[in-house]
Amino acid sequence: MNRFKGINRYILSDALREIVNAAIVLQRPLLLKGEPGTGKTELAQVIAEDLKLRLIRWNIKSTSKASEGLYVYDTVQRLNDSRFHDKDVSDIKQYIKLGKLGEALRSEEQVVLLIDEIDKADLEFPNDLLFELDQMSFDIVETGEYFKAKHRPIVVITSNSEKELPDAFLRRCLFHYIDFPDSSMMEKIAKVHFPNLRHNLLSQILARFYFIRQRHELKKRPSTSELLDWIQAILAGGITEEELNKRLPFLGVLLKTEDDVAKVAVH
Amino acid sequence: MFVNLFRALKRRGVPVTFNEWMVLQNALSENLADSSLTRFYYLARAILIKTEAHFDKYDQAFLDCFGHIDSDEDLIRTIEERLLKLPPLELSEEEKQMVEQLSLEEVRARFLEQLRNQDDELHVGGNKAIGVRGRSTHGAWGYNPAGVRIGQHEGRLRSAIQIAEQRSFKNYRDDVILDTRSIKTVLSYIRQVVREGPKDSLDVDGTIDATCRNAGELEFIWDRAKKKRIKLMLLMDAGGTMAPHTDLVSRLFSAAKDIVKDLQFYYFHNCVYQELYTDIWQMKAVSTRKVLDQTSRNYKVILVGDAYMAPSELLSPNGAIDYWYRNDRPGVEWLMDIRRRFRKVIWLNPEPEQWWPSVPSTRMIRNIFPMYELTLSGMRSGARALIKQ
Repeated sequence: MNRFKGINRYILSDALREIVNAAIVLQRPLLLKGEPGTGKTELAQVIAEDLKLRLIRWNIKSTSKASEGLYVYDTVQRLNDSRFHDKDVSDIKQYIKLGKLGEALRSEEQVVLLIDEIDKADLEFPNDLLFELDQMSFDIVETGEYFKAKHRPIVVITSNSEKELPDAFLRRCLFHYIDFPDSSMMEKIAKVHFPNLRHNLLSQILARFYFIRQRHELKKRPSTSELLDWIQAILAGGITEEELNKRLPFLGVLLKTEDDVAKVAVH
Repeated sequence: MFVNLFRALKRRGVPVTFNEWMVLQNALSENLADSSLTRFYYLARAILIKTEAHFDKYDQAFLDCFGHIDSDEDLIRTIEERLLKLPPLELSEEEKQMVEQLSLEEVRARFLEQLRNQDDELHVGGNKAIGVRGRSTHGAWGYNPAGVRIGQHEGRLRSAIQIAEQRSFKNYRDDVILDTRSIKTVLSYIRQVVREGPKDSLDVDGTIDATCRNAGELEFIWDRAKKKRIKLMLLMDAGGTMAPHTDLVSRLFSAAKDIVKDLQFYYFHNCVYQELYTDIWQMKAVSTRKVLDQTSRNYKVILVGDAYMAPSELLSPNGAIDYWYRNDRPGVEWLMDIRRRFRKVIWLNPEPEQWWPSVPSTRMIRNIFPMYELTLSGMRSGARALIKQ
């Protein structure tokens, strides 16, 4: 088995790297939590890229159902076909459409399965997945078929803690909370995205950024992606260190509510 | 192995199960911790702890079990600091080739031996000891192709003990922090399944039935999908003693507004009398009787208040704290009315539970409503009480 090492454009902590490898060896889903913009979703992409595996991404919505992830049985189509005798309706297989999870389990080679924002779905959703994630197999009731994954997919699950996940589900996962990057880590991240950025300007930007973030009364604290946008804006605007010292330009890029902008702009 | 860590976690109320413990044993036998305490710290945390709310307890338990260990990472740092004081070595190509080449296994073995034998003096330019500018297989800024480098990389794993000592996850503890999102999580517990929304889920049995009646002409029957929902009434104390908790209550309120479609909310001043208020400044009053009569019995009711008042405010007619306010019925009767009217009522109290027994009014109100602390764990128990049949 290849070890996950990480790739250049994604800065990750040693702890997280070890945990990804542990999840692969122990064959357990890896549950990631953390503030928005800490690269939870991106990690699955990076694992797939590093290990040269296909990524199957299952985006969860509030209406998502666990069974849809496995397959959908298109009753309406079949009823319609039976009415007009278009196809052989006794062949049920053609009305079974695999979902993302089903696709991952039927894949011939190993894949990385990302279950993104699992907390968006209903509270019971994770529990409905327990058996399939444990056994990595599923039945199609309508046709009596049974599939078992040839290679257990590497499962990455992200959550924004909008809902709590059930204990039974948590017991089966490895859990990691991605901390918001500290300024030295953030410096590395920024350098990956803006290799030509002057060091002084960057440290000035970071100092201002963390100053704003530390204000607890903000409704929505700016995250990595907003910082990167801000750097982009500052570069495009040709703002210098001295100007940055005196005022905070392009605040709207960092802060997304009027209240927050007002609170910071007063200073 | 490390059963004391398991026990220490249990003792602190972290829900670790035997199953997870076995996974950790499995991980250790796969050598995933690689004999490093720091890796073990993260590995065990990933396997045993499933929410950042318990990270702090984990840190404490970890300190209990391993805090006394001098990790080799500290030792390495000491060596590193000494090495840093010395200038680097420059070698010619020839010299480089002269350096003995050893396999990694041999180097490791030698390294450990060196560590055991090494005394405190600095080593410069030698062939054996751990030092700098050397041609021995261990050390820093020296030259040996198969050598072990010590501590020159950035972003090394920090020492586990130090990380645990920082206890940087203190703020995530669930008996302390209560942000809007975690309140939402708790509130979403109390939602219950009903059929609602547009008719967009196919009723297969109904469809087949209707189609047969239609002599084979297709007729689809649709039904409303099952959804979860909750009807909730919030009654919030906006009295003077609640001032320190205003922020908390407003967070609870905004979370409830987000997640509950059928939300009714009113304010009261210390205790409920014949009038409730629709605004926090208590200008717009509505009749409590009317609210009680017009709200369905199925509403879950949460009262939020510190239940801290003079007994007369609760027990006497005209006992309201506002001198000009006249109430014919004592507050306690109104509270009893609320209790009787609704199936499920709880009281959330922002004051810590250990203070409750010493406040007479709190004791009395506790006899009327089940009372829970306004913390995440308190709200969780409260939510459970609200959905119990």
